[in-house]
Amino acid sequence: MKLLKFFLIGVYFGIVLIKGEVVSWFRIQEMFHFRSFYMYGVLGSAVVVGVVSVALIRALKIRSADGSEIKLAGKPFNKVGNLTGGIIFGFGWALTGACPGPLYALLGAGYWAILLAIAGALAGTIAYGYLKPHLPH
Amino acid sequence: MLDFLSSSWPWYVTGPLLGLMVPLLLILGNKQFGVSSSLQHLCAATLPLNAAYFKYNWKAQAWNLALIGGVIVGAAIAATVLDGAAAPALSQSARELFASWGVASIDALQPAELFSLQHLFSARTLVALLFGGFLVGFGARYSGGCTSGHAVMGLSLLNVGSLVAVIGFFIGGLLVSHLVVPIVMAL
Repeated sequence: MKLLKFFLIGVYFGIVLIKGEVVSWFRIQEMFHFRSFYMYGVLGSAVVVGVVSVALIRALKIRSADGSEIKLAGKPFNKVGNLTGGIIFGFGWALTGACPGPLYALLGAGYWAILLAIAGALAGTIAYGYLKPHLPH
Repeated sequence: MLDFLSSSWPWYVTGPLLGLMVPLLLILGNKQFGVSSSLQHLCAATLPLNAAYFKYNWKAQAWNLALIGGVIVGAAIAATVLDGAAAPALSQSARELFASWGVASIDALQPAELFSLQHLFSARTLVALLFGGFLVGFGARYSGGCTSGHAVMGLSLLNVGSLVAVIGFFIGGLLVSHLVVPIVMAL
């Protein structure tokens, strides 16, 4: 039952990804070629809402629904890993026109060819898992 | 309401609705928004992999798998009930760019040149989707997050590592979208 709320938040996220056209290969290429403000507006305003939300949670000491203190520690800073991994991710983002959220959303929307990209992403994850001890972070 | 949901959304509707994922998950579940760790959990849950990276209690992260299960269902609802497969209102200059790449199927959410099943095992689709997907998975896990975990959640926390990762996303994306995608689409 605890998982149901996350499932429902996911349903909301899936609707926004599809209706917001964030899943569209066209929108991603348009963004990287600076042919439209659309995706920059989407990402920028999403971050503004996120920053304001986190600031309000901090300032008002808002607690989580179960009464626990909300964890706001960021991920560790790995100079090499963040940048190198980020660049590799960017290569893939442009090639597929999809990042991980859209991979799942496109599957739900019935674009079956995306199974190739999901299989690729799982293979990439496995490759990283085995190479991790040998990679600089 | 259904009319509004079914119409095409402007950026200032989509962006804030996306940003709301941050407080929704923090307040309702005390979880930080992120999608790409689900790839690791899926591997750990289903495959007999002996690398240390896959040896952990993935069940403690089952919320993340519930989230992506929801994404799949939500996307199916959007596509069937809410007219979610409609073509984006692309800019004229973008349309000209795609035409110059030989992408003819411009009035759809996705180009048929990549997503039509008749092209499934063409060199173009294999490079763009299979190999591109590999880079998405490898890169997201190497950088410790994706557009959700770094660009939306990480930047909302003003996290330095996330900013570095997002800069990386755009360096990589700009290079490949300008130099490689036109060649791949011509395959």
